[in-house]
Amino acid sequence: MNSIQKNRFKDRLFMYWGMFATLIGLVLLVVFIGDILIDGLGRIDWSFITNLPSRKPDKSGIYTALIGSIWILILTAFIVIPVGVAAGLYLEEYSKKNWLSGVLEINISNLAGVPSIIYGLLGLEVFVRIMNLGASVLAGSLTLSLLILPIIIVATREAIKAVPKSIQDASYALGASKWHTIWYQILPAAGGGILTGVILALSRAVGETAPLIVVGALAYVPFAPENPMDEFSVLPIQIFNWISRPQHGFIENAAAAIIILLLITFIMNGIAVYFRNKWQKKWK
Amino acid sequence: MEITMEKIADKKTVVHQTNEVNQASKIEVKDVNVWYGDFQAIKGINMNIKPNTVTAFIGPSGCGKSTFLRLFNRMNDYIDTHRMEGKIKINGNNIYKKKVNVEELRKEIGMVFQKPNPFPKSIFENVAYGLKIQGIKDKKFIIERVEKALKQADLWEEVKDNLKKSALALSGGQQQRLCIARTLAVEPSIILMDEPTSALDPISTSKIENLIFELKKKYTIIIVTHNMQQASRISDYTAFFYIGELIEFGKTKKIFTNPEHKRTENYITGRVG
Ligand SMILES: Nc1ncnc2c1ncn2[C@@H]1O[C@H](COP(=O)(O)OP(=O)(O)OP(=O)(O)O)[C@@H](O)[C@H]1O
Ligand SMILES: [Mg+2]
Repeated sequence: MNSIQKNRFKDRLFMYWGMFATLIGLVLLVVFIGDILIDGLGRIDWSFITNLPSRKPDKSGIYTALIGSIWILILTAFIVIPVGVAAGLYLEEYSKKNWLSGVLEINISNLAGVPSIIYGLLGLEVFVRIMNLGASVLAGSLTLSLLILPIIIVATREAIKAVPKSIQDASYALGASKWHTIWYQILPAAGGGILTGVILALSRAVGETAPLIVVGALAYVPFAPENPMDEFSVLPIQIFNWISRPQHGFIENAAAAIIILLLITFIMNGIAVYFRNKWQKKWK
Repeated sequence: MEITMEKIADKKTVVHQTNEVNQASKIEVKDVNVWYGDFQAIKGINMNIKPNTVTAFIGPSGCGKSTFLRLFNRMNDYIDTHRMEGKIKINGNNIYKKKVNVEELRKEIGMVFQKPNPFPKSIFENVAYGLKIQGIKDKKFIIERVEKALKQADLWEEVKDNLKKSALALSGGQQQRLCIARTLAVEPSIILMDEPTSALDPISTSKIENLIFELKKKYTIIIVTHNMQQASRISDYTAFFYIGELIEFGKTKKIFTNPEHKRTENYITGRVG
């Protein structure tokens, strides 16, 4: 074999390996979703969504957990978006490049990799105990906000970095202040990227279980939360609870709840993709 | 930076200027040095620029033309390692004094960049941007100004029917004229141009050169260019830079026909750079 043939062979080999690797992921996903659909699809109806949890599997529904998840989602979004975007903007546009900002930067990236249960412990100590919020929706949202804050900061910074320098120059050269430039040029241009990051981070928060269990979210709540100080459950915890029950009916319930949870995350990711494409078109 | 009616009257009688009201500014540069970190990019430059003239900055790549140009609207302020010494006076006011409001300064001194850089917004919004950030809300005033600026930049006829169209849909040459219009809408007294035609085709280039010729009646213009023909066609004065130093500065005719320095001659005739 000469070297050209050798390279061609390597090229082929790599291509097949890549195809195989892609297929593994895809096949596993299809098998998993297929399995869940077979188990759970028959169980989904309107009463499954509107029923409170019960000891009998066929009377049981996800209402409290679903409302809990929606509460958590909205409250977390309200807390984390202003803080995360502001922090990203500050780091990218205002902070001087020195050792302190370097340390800050590395730590924020590291924070994104800290296991979520650690955030649960932090939330338990700070929000539940010291701030005395109890095992409330608010305490859960604050904990999840901490968890996804680094993701949003990093996404914001990346989106801002991608805004062409020439646009900022043009703005400043016309007499714009920093604030004008951020408000009229940088944020609109980076908006798609920021929004995508925010939605993906929130969809991760919706699927989190461990930190909320640590904070004290309940597996069984008889009522849906009505204000931020109420106790709550969320879909992943409800699923976890049902899977650990012996009756087969609960396994079906778990599968059905997983379908709903997947649907929520898929819809959120779909919205993220939609915004990204829309923005890309507008901003070329 | 304000010119009172008295002063204008003065100028008319003393300098025997044209009938037009002269709003352009004069620039004085005194002992200016610039560093990027440890690297000295500008070395002890002095220069006086008269109002209503076009001055061309020429010199080999990396000699500091852009650095020097960006001193006049303080665009170098954004570079962390940048350090400047000396004085730059515009109509007698040192623009590097502490209390100078940089945003106000930049309304007075517009800039056109090498690559057309329109905002990803409509044509109208591009031209109106400078007014919008000044907090001007008067719609009628803004519409008039936008039309006037687009006419001055010789773009009005081409875009008047679709001002709502995205600026990014324009051709490169049109985009650059839009960038000029955007600068004119703020009504500065000085316009800085850093190789404004280097990314354009010959026809667009000659349009912009004609434009500069027109604009000189009202503005003081400084233009960086690598194109010797362009420098000799459109400028009244030429400054030749070489590795951070101002080698020669004088009437364009003189520089191009009978330069004092060998280096200048070599560069202009294409033997260096
Ligand atoms: N931001 C910066 N940081 C450090 N050095 C810089 C920076 N900008 C420019 N320089 C250096 O300063 C010198 C002058 O650069 P400048 O861009 O002013 O040259 P120029 O004459 O405009 O060149 P060109 O004709 O290629 O545009 C160069 O040696 C360049 O490497
Ligand atoms: Mg340059």
